[in-house]
Amino acid sequence: MRKTLNVNVKHLTRVEGHGNIRIKIRNGRLIEARWEVVETPRFFEVILKGKKWDNAPWITGRICGICSTGHTLASIRAVENAFGIVPDENTKRFRLLLKHMETLQSHTLHLCFLVLPDFMNAGSVFPLINSHRDVVIRAARIKKLANDLCDLIGGRSIHPPRLVVGGFTKLPDRRELQPFLQQLEQIEEDLMVFVELFRGFEIPDFVRETEFVSLKGEGEYPFIGGDLISSDGVHMKEQDYKKMTNEYVVEHSTSKWCRLSRESFAVGALARLNNNFEFLHPVAKDIARSFGLIPVTHNPFMNNIAQLVECVHVVRDSIRLLNEILDSEWKEQRQKVEPRSGVGVGAVEVPRGILYHCYEFDDKGRIVMADCVIPTGQNHANIQHDLEALAEEYATRGKCDSEIEVLASMLVRAYDPCISCSVH
Amino acid sequence: MDGEVRTYLGVPLYRPKVAFFEFTSCEGCQLQILNNEVNLLDFFSLIEVVNFREVMTERSDDYEIAFVEGSITTDNEIKRLKRIRRQAKMLIAFGSCACFGGVNQLKNRFRDLDYVKREVYGEHPVESKKVRAIDEIVDVDLRIYGCPVRKEEVEKIVLHIALGKSLTVPKYPVCVECKANENICLFDLGEPCLGPITRAGCNAWCPTNRAGCWGCRGPAEDVNMEEMLRIMKGHGFSEETIMDRLECFGGFSPVKIPEESIR
Ligand code: SF4
Ligand code: SF4
Ligand code: SF4
Repeated sequence: MRKTLNVNVKHLTRVEGHGNIRIKIRNGRLIEARWEVVETPRFFEVILKGKKWDNAPWITGRICGICSTGHTLASIRAVENAFGIVPDENTKRFRLLLKHMETLQSHTLHLCFLVLPDFMNAGSVFPLINSHRDVVIRAARIKKLANDLCDLIGGRSIHPPRLVVGGFTKLPDRRELQPFLQQLEQIEEDLMVFVELFRGFEIPDFVRETEFVSLKGEGEYPFIGGDLISSDGVHMKEQDYKKMTNEYVVEHSTSKWCRLSRESFAVGALARLNNNFEFLHPVAKDIARSFGLIPVTHNPFMNNIAQLVECVHVVRDSIRLLNEILDSEWKEQRQKVEPRSGVGVGAVEVPRGILYHCYEFDDKGRIVMADCVIPTGQNHANIQHDLEALAEEYATRGKCDSEIEVLASMLVRAYDPCISCSVH
Repeated sequence: MDGEVRTYLGVPLYRPKVAFFEFTSCEGCQLQILNNEVNLLDFFSLIEVVNFREVMTERSDDYEIAFVEGSITTDNEIKRLKRIRRQAKMLIAFGSCACFGGVNQLKNRFRDLDYVKREVYGEHPVESKKVRAIDEIVDVDLRIYGCPVRKEEVEKIVLHIALGKSLTVPKYPVCVECKANENICLFDLGEPCLGPITRAGCNAWCPTNRAGCWGCRGPAEDVNMEEMLRIMKGHGFSEETIMDRLECFGGFSPVKIPEESIR
């Protein structure tokens, strides 16, 4: 069909930050499809220059409200790697548990508050409060559990003050932690309601082959530190992250773009799952399979399902971690920090994909150079290429303006972009 | 949830139309609203949200109260902010970015903003001006401090608005709340803390978690800066450590720091 279409979405809603979608099709031919990032930059890398090491996690956590714990952890890891600090077992457990709860709360926010309205023909979660009260209450319950545990371990779910280089300023005691074991065990019931709900949705059948980049699991599904891999077979060390991201500046965007083996690559839940399927908890694995989500899945809309699968995985893994913690003895853990000159990299899988922080210090522990590479920044080029392919394909299939607008918006939303974070 | 008249302790509530806007920020303060799971639904029955881009597609320009998050860095943001001011009966500066510039204003300590841009983008043209707080552009009716804001405080404020009651923000410093929480003073643990000069209201959030205050809520009334500097130096903290904290969120920039006491 010879179609002429115009899609113009200014400041796409239900995403974090500001971005525009523009699609132009004339007589069935794609003239232009654009994903524009119009967020205003904040220049964190420059802000850090000359600052002492202890400023880094405190300030860079403020890059993003949703994944502030992830930023704080990546920053801490970069500082610790530069100063030769190795966290002890209990610190690692508490950090991972905190990380899991951030993943759970962020994925739940995205799936239930931002994505769900699309599948239920609503403009927001607000009308669903009346029409699907049970679902909204369950979502709120999952988020509350995740936030409560973040509050308890990090001291606050946004910009956690307890989380510092060398460990924690304070840790919860047994009495505070114990009740969460039962709560975690019970929350799966709420999650399963969402699994069944999403099973009833029609996920758009759009496929475009791409490369997936993530941390490489070593015996377990990866979240904090380790080697880097891609589904095209690239394998690198954490400190060589620059060869993995290859950032470059583009016109019409205040966020930098990235590439590896192809013109673009993707990071996020789908990338993690594609690259580390074997390390998922068996229950999570079965759910993934039941959605036909097996490596390598190239449908970007399946990132939503990958997030759902990860929710189940992190809850199961948190139960394991909490049991391990409760079986051990812990006291306040904070190692002494002795600054030295050098470079440190911290790679962490945050909800939206792999995040890198890198700092160079002088011998007083002052920051000489800082670099942060954000997941959404790595996804922008991939979103752009997807958008082109999607517009072309659906125009050929005879979809109209409004249908393409909805699908294009859903596509971008599926990446769960954190735009203000990508322009930091 | 629309239509019915809500009451609180028997008093019918006025349900204001509320819009949320964000400028240059991490959006963490808006997120604090959504993190309000326990009474999220009650909270949303107190107000009628007509604009909240982060969670809803519908947008409306018919609102009475505007929560404005973030600091201002571009001409376009100035234009948008002025438009919001014209519509809103009440404009609330929401969080430390909006109140003082927040961490974003740390950029302003570089005199040469072209240098700042070149460092990140090379020769690629990007617009970014000096970072400004909301009240440097328009009048602000109410300030909710914090990085992030504390959800209990936001709730209390919204309830007060719905009840048409007036509000008081604490004038005393964080130390007062910290002592009420029976914390060990961080200075005794060898950690720096801005609690003695920072406006309370966060329930000593950081010190209660055994982390020093960085002054995100700005100065308490009648701060004694000289005394603060004396305490810090008495505990062996360097000028640099003190400055790092004082300048972090921008709340202390209007406070005159006596030159000699820093040297
Ligand atoms: S005040 Fe802090 S939490 Fe709020 S938007 Fe600004 S940086 Fe984020
Ligand atoms: S820890 Fe900080 S806020 Fe608490 S009493 Fe000491 S100086 Fe004041
Ligand atoms: S203790 Fe200080 S830095 Fe922490 S929230 Fe309160 S005012 Fe802000």
